[in-house]
Amino acid sequence: MGRAIAGRLIHLIWIMIAVSFLTFLLMYIAPGDAAAKKLNAQGIAVSEEILEQTRASMGLDRPFFVQYGDWALRALRGDLGSSYKDGFPVAEKLLKALGRTAVLTLSSLALALLIAIPFALLSALKRDSAVDNITRLFSFIGNSLPNFLISVLLMYFLSVRLRLLPLTAGESAKSLVMPCLALSIPICGRFIRQFRAELLEELGKPYVSGAILRGVKRRFVLKSVLHNAAIPMLTVVGLSVGTLMGGSVVIETIFRWPGLGKLAMDAITNRDYPVIQGFVLFTSTVYVVINLLIDICYRWIDPRLRKAGGDA
Amino acid sequence: MKKRRINPSRRARSRLAVFLILTGLMILVSLLAPLPCPNDPNATSSAAMNRPPCAQFPLGTDRYGRCVCSRVLMGARTSIFSAVALVGVTFAVGTALGMLSGWYGGAIDALVMRLADVMLAFPQMVLAIAVAGILGGGMGNAMLAMGITGWTLYARLARAQVLSLKEEPYVHAARLSGLGALRILTGTLLPNMLGPLLVSAATQIGVMMIGIAGLSFLGIGVAEPQAEWGSMINASRAYMQLAPWAVLAPSAATILTVMVFNCLGDCVRDVLDVGVGE
Repeated sequence: MGRAIAGRLIHLIWIMIAVSFLTFLLMYIAPGDAAAKKLNAQGIAVSEEILEQTRASMGLDRPFFVQYGDWALRALRGDLGSSYKDGFPVAEKLLKALGRTAVLTLSSLALALLIAIPFALLSALKRDSAVDNITRLFSFIGNSLPNFLISVLLMYFLSVRLRLLPLTAGESAKSLVMPCLALSIPICGRFIRQFRAELLEELGKPYVSGAILRGVKRRFVLKSVLHNAAIPMLTVVGLSVGTLMGGSVVIETIFRWPGLGKLAMDAITNRDYPVIQGFVLFTSTVYVVINLLIDICYRWIDPRLRKAGGDA
Repeated sequence: MKKRRINPSRRARSRLAVFLILTGLMILVSLLAPLPCPNDPNATSSAAMNRPPCAQFPLGTDRYGRCVCSRVLMGARTSIFSAVALVGVTFAVGTALGMLSGWYGGAIDALVMRLADVMLAFPQMVLAIAVAGILGGGMGNAMLAMGITGWTLYARLARAQVLSLKEEPYVHAARLSGLGALRILTGTLLPNMLGPLLVSAATQIGVMMIGIAGLSFLGIGVAEPQAEWGSMINASRAYMQLAPWAVLAPSAATILTVMVFNCLGDCVRDVLDVGVGE
């Protein structure tokens, strides 16, 4: 087991090197001169002389790979450069915004799971019943709704029409309701659909009918079914982390929720490259690490994978 | 893995037919877009700002007095065309790369699959937002931003299919009869592996549509004055109290279209019934 995880870790290091390279490349090929962008973002009038100086001080006159190496080594030490806009260290800005994003995404994920697991189970156990059909209809609709659309509709009906909830983010718990709903509804819809499919597949296996015929209590059969379906369900959750991260950019921008996503969107508007770069690198790292942890969880759930030491 | 059903039920087939016709109609409307519009979608009018729905403007007007109905119809062109085209291109590129890497193995395989691994290390929308945000708006850039990770799905699937079919007797037979690699890949292998690939492609149309609309909504996708549902919703939401129809009409159009295309995806899966997961 230890060797398999070590293999994963080495793979992860390669992936992160490539990810950091692409992230750097993206900013490098961005249209326009980075020095001019920095001066513009700070509101300094651009002259040829100042431009030269800024370029030299930013190290833009050095060869591409030197610039990348320098940037990557600094990033490894937690130094992601400083914002063009206000000169604050990017890492500090990201860490400050991380908390709010964690609150939003984790509560949305929890809400989605809380609704999806019981409904998927009910739907799979009572296949083709009225409950199943209604659950399927709602999960289909949820899965088809873009999160920005849910936000706008929630804002219109709950805030503008009924005046139940505040329009934008505040300190109160009430301000979490709409962003959380908007982020979790599409994911919940997808969870129900995929969980149901996985559970149905597991329920159709011979050992289930065998156990029921032998008179094993349904409670115990259900326990093994859930245990066996846990791995594919966990995969679905792992993939949804990426959706949550992308979705939080949209949702945070709409509700002015001061998290990572809003920081990134503001940085895009201001052409504040170091912040965008830091955001992409940071979220990808978190995403990759979460998926590694899920991979380790597989081995913990399923002892067969531990012995084989192979890929999950 | 579900077993391949030999004879798909007639019900699934007729449902597929219904949704094929529906999506076909939608694509037709989107191609004919300027024709069915009641008014000029870009004509502004200071006399008719934020008008509620009436005989002349079936869905009212927006803050510049433009006909919402006409703009929704024009937006269909942008949204549907871009999503379908994007899925088409990523499907073709991904399948070709995946097949080549499965067939030849070695360095090509390592290169393509490592590239796919790296692309999958980015959350799709995060990378799309960064790419579209840096390159600036426009439909082409938005499509590029979504497609940069989109091809990996088909590449992985096609590679796995080629690997599993490569040693089949009929492939050996084709080889022995002297067919070139290109002929075997396109003529012999492709028809036998199209099922799961088509299922993925059909389910991706809705995903891409939501993605492009999301980018436009954020202001880094399709830009004004070109009509697009995501950007229409974003631009009109500040006037939601005055002119709710300008938000609700493109919203309804987006929801309906995504649902119809998602239904099509489900039907394709039911008919081909290949266990590719969801």
